[in-house]
Order: sequence, then structure tokens, then C-alpha cells
Amino acid sequence: MPAAWRRLQDWAERRLPALTRYKRPESLPITLHRRRVYIVPTAFGAAFTLLLLVMLLGALNYANNAALLLTCMLGSASATSMLVAFRSLHGLRLTAIRQGHAIAGERMVIQLVFAADDHAHASVHADMDGQTETFMAPVRTETWVSLHLATSQRGWHPVPRIKLWSNWPVGLFHAWSWIHPDHAVLVWPRPELAGPPPVLQGEHDLRRRLHQGEDIAALRDYRPGDPQRHIAWKHSARHEHLLVKDFEQPEAREEWHLDWRALPSLSPEARIARLARWLGEAEAVGRPTALWLPGEDIALGHGRSHYVHCMNALARLP
Amino acid sequence: MIRIALFRRSPKVPLETRPFDLLCLTVAVVLAVHAPHMPIWLSIALAATLGARWWQRRRYGGRAPITLKLPLVALLSGAVIFYYGSLFGREPGAALAVGLLVLKLLESETARDARVGAAFSCFALMSALLFDQGMVATVLVALGLLPALATLRALEPAQPPSTLPRELLPALALLGASLPLALLAFVLVPRLSSPLWGTPNPGQARTGLSEDMSPGDFTDLLTDDRPAMRVSFEGAPPPAAQRYFRAYVMWNYDGRQWRHIGTGGAPGDVERAGAVRRYTVALEGSGQRVLPALDVPVEAPDHAFLNVDHEVLSDRPVNDTRIYTLRSASSYRLDPQLDERERRRGLRLPANFNPQTLALAHRWRTEFGSNDKAIVQAALKLFHDGGFSYTLAPAPLGRNAVDDFLFSTHEGFCEHYSSAFTVLMRAAGIPARVVTGYQGGYWNELGNYLLVRQSDAHAWSEVWMPGEGWRRVDPTAAVRPERVSLGAAAAASGAAAAWAPNQWWLGLRNRWDVVNRWWNQGVIGFDTLRQHGLLTPFGLHDADPGMLGLLLAVGGSLFAALGLAWAMWKRPANDPARASMQLLERRLASLGVVRRHSEGPQHFFVRASRALPTHRAELERLMRTYLELRYAYDEPPPELLKNFRQAARDFRPRRMVK
Repeated sequence: MPAAWRRLQDWAERRLPALTRYKRPESLPITLHRRRVYIVPTAFGAAFTLLLLVMLLGALNYANNAALLLTCMLGSASATSMLVAFRSLHGLRLTAIRQGHAIAGERMVIQLVFAADDHAHASVHADMDGQTETFMAPVRTETWVSLHLATSQRGWHPVPRIKLWSNWPVGLFHAWSWIHPDHAVLVWPRPELAGPPPVLQGEHDLRRRLHQGEDIAALRDYRPGDPQRHIAWKHSARHEHLLVKDFEQPEAREEWHLDWRALPSLSPEARIARLARWLGEAEAVGRPTALWLPGEDIALGHGRSHYVHCMNALARLP
Repeated sequence: MIRIALFRRSPKVPLETRPFDLLCLTVAVVLAVHAPHMPIWLSIALAATLGARWWQRRRYGGRAPITLKLPLVALLSGAVIFYYGSLFGREPGAALAVGLLVLKLLESETARDARVGAAFSCFALMSALLFDQGMVATVLVALGLLPALATLRALEPAQPPSTLPRELLPALALLGASLPLALLAFVLVPRLSSPLWGTPNPGQARTGLSEDMSPGDFTDLLTDDRPAMRVSFEGAPPPAAQRYFRAYVMWNYDGRQWRHIGTGGAPGDVERAGAVRRYTVALEGSGQRVLPALDVPVEAPDHAFLNVDHEVLSDRPVNDTRIYTLRSASSYRLDPQLDERERRRGLRLPANFNPQTLALAHRWRTEFGSNDKAIVQAALKLFHDGGFSYTLAPAPLGRNAVDDFLFSTHEGFCEHYSSAFTVLMRAAGIPARVVTGYQGGYWNELGNYLLVRQSDAHAWSEVWMPGEGWRRVDPTAAVRPERVSLGAAAAASGAAAAWAPNQWWLGLRNRWDVVNRWWNQGVIGFDTLRQHGLLTPFGLHDADPGMLGLLLAVGGSLFAALGLAWAMWKRPANDPARASMQLLERRLASLGVVRRHSEGPQHFFVRASRALPTHRAELERLMRTYLELRYAYDEPPPELLKNFRQAARDFRPRRMVK
């Protein structure tokens, strides 16, 4: 049964593009035009209609005009609510999509920016990938709606089709519209979990040893590969794990010149993962980095925007 | 993965406080409109349950346990069966429905519960109209829809916050906007020619005239100022003292009670003198078959017949407002010939009752010989001069009721007088009978109709005179003429004024009644006949249901188009500077300088001044003002805007003559 249903849907999407969610991606801004707002009664609406019919029959049978008038009023109000439902979507405009930052495999926050030009839109739901966000858009104001997008791999990730729907005002009618923005978000590569530090030139190596710190900055958990003499035995005795004396490393400010060409033995994706890890480590301690990539040479810099720039460049690599 | 919304199982959305409050309000309104026909203890118990639930959820939250719910449902059903004897029928059904609605609140914890509750409330509200479809009741019930709709609205998430009373306003707007379509549907919905099931209203005990009369019965009736009927006359109304509306003619007397027999058969002869009066009566539902008629009706309306006593009887009990047109003779000779059987019936008295009365009548007979009229006058003189008084709270009477009344208590109202008079006449050998009906009424100038209330119920006598037939004699008039000339309220205001409402209030109510009449005729009495009458001016004679359906569809589409126009209407942006700029663009465009889509204002003005060198200075000034207006300030000064608008209006470019 589900398979047949799916086939039927696929067929409908191909043959009836105007009626189904199948729509080619379109560029922003997307305005919900009247031709793309659809309405069906909700289950409650269908039940309510049945109730209205029973009321109508009762009023007619008992020749009770007051009851008939009441039924007519209620029926007419229901019909009017259909127009209100339509209006709750009609004219809503998706002006922009803002993306957050996420590495592949994490969920990315994207923000849809809606504008209501003509009237306020209350109780609009945005469905994307099985999640629903409800918002209202006051008139002549930008409304930001945050949704989470599941990512799997680095690079450009198209924003999926989004269903905007509303049961406003009384839940009798379900108005909906599919929007499919021609918009993609950039997903950063996932850094490798562990690996060697960047191979540096000899002089840098020397300076590194010279500047080996003497002062104990902090205690941290033992990691395989830590020199035995750094283990803080006295402190470890009071804890379940081994603790290691972390020496302050003044050479942390040292510049890293990261180079794609310096990693010839790895596959491209592995290179990207390693560069991403190094960039992350450098960003964590505020180390200035430069990055050379095929087709892009990023000069020395540091800070969040530099990191974003570098990660974007990595994500964009073919 | 993707399913049509119809089949989607909505997740359990918890019910917030605001919609729950509104739902409680809805149920309270339902309870209030049903309270008048529910036993008072049930109303109080349900109201207490409602209040307790509201408080409990507000204070502690959570639904009522099933161990409380089930016994309550059982208790409710038990109480309804105990009181009404059944669960089915109008009253028990309504009581049960309201009760279940209140109990439904006990378990309302999700949005879905609230939707069900609100929808069912709408149904319960409608069912209240089966009991009373008066205007006030209908308006109250219609107002009851507001919290129901507001509940449904409050269930939708993400909306601007507002206070509880303000929540009702959008619902009011929705109802108001849908009123035209509702009226169209109301006018055009084809009515059923015969009910599909059941008799509409089971005969319930209503106060009103009844088929029998014993002195003292009317006490309830005479203090009941609900409207009984409304009469509009063609031509002038009869004078106040002539407004006698006959309902029942009563022949049989058993010493205590007068009884209507309602024999069939053709009506007797009426010799008319003078014109007949034509009038239309809108009778409120009475549960009785009798249709009151002025004096002596000449013919019966549709679905009714005249019986031998000239009573107008309907085929079916009148349960809802009934409108009929009659013709009546005011000066007449009714049954000038009386056959022997009727004569004996008109003289029959129960044996061994009222010996003193019989003796008095015999004394009069011997005194006046065969002069019947003198005997009638003697009786009226006795009432007028014998120390009798008119009161609605007379002393109780014993077995010989007429003796007690005539010779000891000396007080009573129309029933006592007409009964005693008729017994006296019969005892004296004059055929006589009691007639009940209505007398008087309030003439409503505004609506040009006579409003007759239940309190205008009256009883009088008819005596048969040789050659004259049955003649009306009203003994009450001998005692208290105001009863006949001014009406029941004026008569009552003397002796027992305790419960008589004050005149000012009564007058106001009588004037207000014109609205009720309008409602009765325009809404309650709107039937197939009137539906056709409404369409006849448009050239639609005999509109059948198909035609009505078509009209309904056409009208509905018209309203749908109007509604769509509203839904799609975009408010023009309120930007005077832009409007003036557009005016300039239009004027320049007519001279061939069309602003391009991507063109900024400065470039456009420069291009325009190059094309129209004669207007260069003017255009440059306009450009400077516009740019300043647009880009120099956050809030441009109003005079600048005014200047620009004025300049734009005055700018009338001319093509340069080459």
C-alpha cells in the first residue's frame, strides 16, 4: 500500500506540477501568489461540515427558522474562514535565506527571512525535512524563521522544498504552498579526528623547542603519546585518570603556513579533512594561518572571519 | 512520508490556558441558554461542575481521573432518566447533551478535545432554539457562537497576544462579515414541505387558554404578560370595547367546571348585517388547536375548519407561531333558530347544586314573566349593585360554588362572573353558554397592530334570545367596566396591584413589541409561501427547490467573488512622495520620457531636463526636492513633502515646438 501510494504521488508530481509540490527551484524573492496557494478542509473541517448538515436538516425538519438562521450563519462563517485561510498565506514573501555554519554531518541552522507587505500573517507553519516551525509575520516587518537542515557532506547543499501552511483562523481549512528556493548553503568539511601537526620548516622547529614553556599552565587528561615525564603523579593519585602537566607554549602564536601541496600522499578528501583540523586547532588558540589551495591563496590572517573564509574555501574545493 | 493533510494524524497538542478558558466560557453560555428548560438543580449542579473543573485545571492542572468521570456520566444519565423518565425526546436529550458537554470538559486536555467541545457546543446552542425561537433568545444564542469560534481561533499557534475579551472581537468580525451570505442562504434554502421525521414539538404544558374552565383557573394566565397573538386589521380596528376574540364555546357544566365539547358538524346559520372585517392574526404557539377569531368568523383559513359553535379549529395543534387571515362579522344574528336538542343543552344544569341560585332565578322568572331581557338586566344589575368586586385573588369557593360566590364572597374575576351569570340564566330558563377567549389588547401605533397578551384572556357569556340568536353578555363589564374598555392591566390595578407591573414599564414593553412582531413575521414565519412571495417581484413565479438551489449557487458565487476580491486586495502603499513621483512620471511619459525600470530618480530627471530644455529649471528644482525628501532625512519635514506635492501637481510640461 505505501509503495502504491508513493508511485501515485510520483506520478502526480510529474503529471500535475501545478497541483502538487513538484515545482522547479526559483530564485528569491518568492512571493506566495494566489495560484500557488491551495486549500483543502482539514479532518476537523470535514467533521464540522457534517455537523452543519445535521444542524441544517434538524432546523428544516422542525421548520425552525431561528435555528436555520443560526446554521446559515455558522456555515457562512466557515466559508468565510476559507478566505481568511487563503489570505493568511497569500502575499507572504520569502526575501532571503541566511545560513549558519555547520560541518558535514551536523545540522545547520538556516534562517528564512519573510516579509509581509500588505497585511499581517498569523500562525504560519514552515515544514522542512519533517520539522515544523510556526511563526507569525507582522505587517511591514522582517520575520526570521530558523530551521535545521541535516547535512551529510561538504560543499554546496541545496535548500530543500519547504511547505508553508496554515490552518488559520479556526482550523477548518488547511491552506498550503510549496516553495522551492533556488538557493544552496555551504557545508564545511568535517575535520579528521586526530593526526599529526603540520610539518614545519626547520628553523620553526628549532624555535619551537627553544620556546618550550617552563610554567605549568594547567592539568589535563592523559592522552596516548604524552611524554612520561609530563605526567603529574601527585595530582593523578587523587583522581581516577592520569593527569598531565600542560606547559604553556609561547610558540602557539607562531604562524602556520598551511599548504595543499605539502600533503601529497593523501587523497583530496583526506587532505581537506586534515587542513580543516589544522585550521580548527589554529583558530582555537588564535594562531595566524595562511592557506594555499589549488586556485586560491589565502594570505596570513587570524580570527573568526579568517577561519570562516578558509573553511568556505575548503568546502568549495571540487 | 508525505501525506495529504486530510489523513494526517495530528499529534497531541496540549491545550493552553487561553483556549481552555474560552471553552469554559462557551460551555457556560450553552448552559445558560439551556437553563430555562432544565430543572434548576441540574443547572446548578452542572454549573458547579464547570466552575470546579475550571478552578482545578487552573490551580493544579491535569485531567479528571476515570474513577470520577464514569460515575459522573452514570449519575447524569440516571438523573435525566429519573426526572424525565427517558433519555430520548427534546428536553431529556437537551439536558443530556448539555451535561455531557460539561463532563467532556473534565477530560479536555488536548487541542483536539477543545475542537470537539467547541463544535459540539455549536450544536447544543442550536438545539436551544428548538425551545424558544424568539428574537432575544436567538440573539443570545448567536452571541454564544462568539466564544465557540474564539476557542477554535485560540487553538491555532503563533498569533499576537491579546486579552480574553479582545479574543471575541475577531469572531464577531467573522460572524458580521458572513452575515450577508447567511441571510442569502436563509432566504433561499428550500424549505421542507413536510417533516422528514417526528412531530416537531411534543405537546408540552403551556399556559394559555384551555379546553375547560373552572373559576380560579385563569389566575396564572391573567398574570402572564407574554404575547398571545398579534392582530392587524384591514381598515380601522374595532373600538376597544368591541375587541372580543372567541376561542372556546363551553356548554357542559358539572357544578365545578365548564367544558368545551368541540362537536363536529356544519356551523350554524349566521345572518350578517353590516360589513365583515378582514384581519390577520399571528398566533404564538399555544399547543392547542383553537384559533381565536374576532366575534363570529365567516369562514375558516387553510388547514382549519369551523365547527358547529363557530369555533375555528386547526387540523394540528399550533406549536409555533401561526399566521392566518380571517373575516368576521361584528353585527350578526347567530343561530336565530335553535333546535330542541341544542336548547336542552343550553339549559342543562347539574342536579343538587347551588339551591340558592336556582331559587333566585325562579323568583326572577315569576317576577318578570316571559321577559328574558328583563331577567338579563336583573342579573347584571345584581352584579353592578350587589356589592361585588373584581379581584384576581378571590376567596376560595365551596361545593356550591355559584351560591358561595353570589351570596357570600362577592368577589372574583371574569371566570366567576361569566360562570355565575350563565348558571343564573340557565336556571331561569334562558339558554346560555360560557365563551372564553381574549378581550382587549394594546394597540401598537408604531406597527399598526393589536397586541394581545395572555393576560387579556377573558370569559363571558352568550344567551339565546328568540329572534336574535346568541347574544354576547359580558357580566364582568357590569362590575368593572374598565376591564372591557381599558384592558386587563387597568382592571387589575385596583384591588390586587401587587404584581401588576407599573404602567411606564408596561407601555415601554408594548412599544418594544413591534420588534418581536417583525421578528415573528419576518424570520419565524418565513415559510415557502413567503419565499415565493419574495421572488415573485423578480419574475420568478413558483420557484421550485431546483430553482432556489440555482439562485443560492449564483448568490453564493457572487459573495465568493466579493470575498476573493477582499482576500486578494492589496492595500496601496501609503507613500505620498511616491504617489507624486508617479504623477510626474505619468506626465513626462506622455511626452515620451519614460522612466526605465532600473533608472534612479536623479538620472531620470537629468534625462528629462535634457529632453525638455524649456523645463530645465523646474525639473532641477523638483529633482533636488525629491532627492532631499528621499535621502536627506529619516523623517522628512512635512512642509518639504507639501512643497514637493504642490510642485508636482503644478508641473505641466509642454512639448517644445520645433
